[in-house]
Amino acid sequence: MPNAYIRIQEGDFDLSTELAALRKSDPRVGAVVSFLGTVRDMNDGSQVKGMTLEHYPGMTEKALQEILDQAKTRWDIFQTLVIHRVGHLLPEDQIVLVAVTSAHRGEAFAACEFIMDYLKTAAPFWKKEDTPDGARWVDARVTDEAAMARWENT
Amino acid sequence: MKLELRFFASLREALGISQEVIEVPEAVKTISDLRLHLIGRGNSWAEVLADGKVLRCALNQRMVDPNALLKEGAEVAFFPPVTGG
Repeated sequence: MPNAYIRIQEGDFDLSTELAALRKSDPRVGAVVSFLGTVRDMNDGSQVKGMTLEHYPGMTEKALQEILDQAKTRWDIFQTLVIHRVGHLLPEDQIVLVAVTSAHRGEAFAACEFIMDYLKTAAPFWKKEDTPDGARWVDARVTDEAAMARWENT
Repeated sequence: MKLELRFFASLREALGISQEVIEVPEAVKTISDLRLHLIGRGNSWAEVLADGKVLRCALNQRMVDPNALLKEGAEVAFFPPVTGG
């Protein structure tokens, strides 16, 4: 069954439409926190002309669902949303949206950051950048592992 | 034991294959046994899956560690550390 709250798509999305839909008809909501990831034109000292995002269909959705379930267990939040684009993207394009609704901002801020940190290390996406020297697969960052690890002791 | 293998990103490119169904000998019981078995094919397999290479594995679409036990008909994926977001 397709899940409206986890979407992997080639097409773009509209931030305000998504946030409006997420909190629609839910008067309990007092806070909506969102993170929007976009394509930079520089990475590791090279110019980036574009990138191609690959993922593991089936596992991606399962991994994201597990992350959202964990966030809902840890914090008192209402709705969560992840949209991640795949395929070919250009600098300034939107890549990923994570959004969380809750009664108060503290829970929503924390849950949104948690979801993003886990997505970076546990969801099977891979970026390949087009640079002036040719295409190259992006290496995982040690700082991403560290960002995820800090949630394990709190 | 019959397994469905999947490869992604730089591994897929280096091996020139995205999926295959294989029959492994009885001695292959864990993910790390399977990795060694595939290294035994030599050439790009030995290079891409070599001990020093940092890679991740999924068993039936869940990330697992190298000691995870394989099961008949399982889907096993090898890929580099993820870089989404």
